[in-house]
Amino acid sequence: MYNFLVDILGNEIIVMIITASLPLFLFVIPFALVAVYAERKVSAHMQDRLGPMRVGYHGLLQTVADILKLFQKEDIVTEKADKSLFNIAPFLVFAGSYAAFAALPFSSIFIGTNTDIGLFYIIAISSLVVAGILMAGWASNNKYSLLGAMRSAAQIISYEIPTALVILSLVMFTGTLNLHTMSELQTSSFLNWNILGGSETGIIKIILIPFMLIGCLILFISTLAEVNRTPFDIPEAESELVAGFHTEYSGMKFAMFFLSEYANMFAVSAIITSVFFGGYQSPFGYLGDLAGIDWLVPIEQLFWFSAKGLFFVFVQMWLRWTLPRLRVDQLMTVCWKYLIPYSFVNLIIIGIITLL
Amino acid sequence: MLTEFGKIFIFIIIAILFVGIAILLSKLIRPKRPTNEKLTTYECGEEPIGTPWVKFNIRFYVIALIFLIFDVEIVLLFPWALSYKDFGIVGFLAGIIFLIILGIGMIYEWRKGDLEWDRPKINSFNKDKQEVEE
Repeated sequence: MYNFLVDILGNEIIVMIITASLPLFLFVIPFALVAVYAERKVSAHMQDRLGPMRVGYHGLLQTVADILKLFQKEDIVTEKADKSLFNIAPFLVFAGSYAAFAALPFSSIFIGTNTDIGLFYIIAISSLVVAGILMAGWASNNKYSLLGAMRSAAQIISYEIPTALVILSLVMFTGTLNLHTMSELQTSSFLNWNILGGSETGIIKIILIPFMLIGCLILFISTLAEVNRTPFDIPEAESELVAGFHTEYSGMKFAMFFLSEYANMFAVSAIITSVFFGGYQSPFGYLGDLAGIDWLVPIEQLFWFSAKGLFFVFVQMWLRWTLPRLRVDQLMTVCWKYLIPYSFVNLIIIGIITLL
Repeated sequence: MLTEFGKIFIFIIIAILFVGIAILLSKLIRPKRPTNEKLTTYECGEEPIGTPWVKFNIRFYVIALIFLIFDVEIVLLFPWALSYKDFGIVGFLAGIIFLIILGIGMIYEWRKGDLEWDRPKINSFNKDKQEVEE
């Protein structure tokens, strides 16, 4: 698609600006609008409530109304806050979470940048979010914010290690860091997905499955902690820290933190999808191939990619209303004493099996 | 000719522009009527006591240090993971030796108690409670 656009428009930079804004306006913002609504509906129905019902049919326009409200909200920067850091923080947090979308393959013809170190780049750039969060917490000059930011930073950096280790084991297995190539390797059927032993055959495939399942579970738990979702939401535990690092933020700056949280939720789901569940590949064949329509295949791939990603986002929401919040010491114990040793062993075992 | 990292740069610029434009747009419509009460730091409606820029728990620093070691290790392992198949069993063992050294380091940290997080001592709390009851 990139080359096709270059042929039409001629200028590569204009094409790239369009390519870079497409995921933002066609995916991240609509996704955030739907996900905020869905989260409220899901939580409401799980607690036997109705949720938003007034704005539009069954409250469908509730998030649009919320955004319009946030636009008109007064933006308060408290007197004691470090004003420049306070204003830079939302930029850093959003840039960090959106930049991860550059390396996600939405379909076989649409990927922001087809760089060969895709996964490595995603892990690296997500760390910008930590800097932004620390900045926000420190600059707010508020006790809740500082505590929330410190907890958040400690949590995100700790859980980055099991995430990276599981991804590392998959890199050993597939031999590529490029998410596009990795998705292409899992083509044709769901039996070829990495969770079911990838394209290996025979006995090796069967031995691999349990370790892949453990890896997938570790990856899911640690990414859940990385996006500060329940049961790992101690950075913004409402009952103790008000709202964590964004306590002092209001209006559009608060909306940006909110948007980047939802963007992050999808980004990590998309990583799980691409690494373990075949990325944009359909679990069975394509309608476009059957009917002989070439342009239908990429659209179907986009559908499968979003469907798998949204499923994991739904699981994240589901867990929020199922599990209670962990304590700080439990959170650190889970990461350092369980997930990291397990993922180390898993890495070595997958390495040995791949070598056989 | 844009390189792959040039494309990433444009992604980041788009994200920054988006935040900037959204905040600018809301600046045009939103009211601005700051009062003294609005501008005080939030502390559940009370007057803020002391500065929030306090000394925080040393644990966070220790965690950050341990993280640094592991993160550098993972960065070093990525190129190995990509190409260890080419070197066969020798390449694999080289990586494993590296991992074992780090594993020993982790066991040391564990035994030293650096992975423990301070917990409220429930037993002493109960003792105080019993004394009060008596």
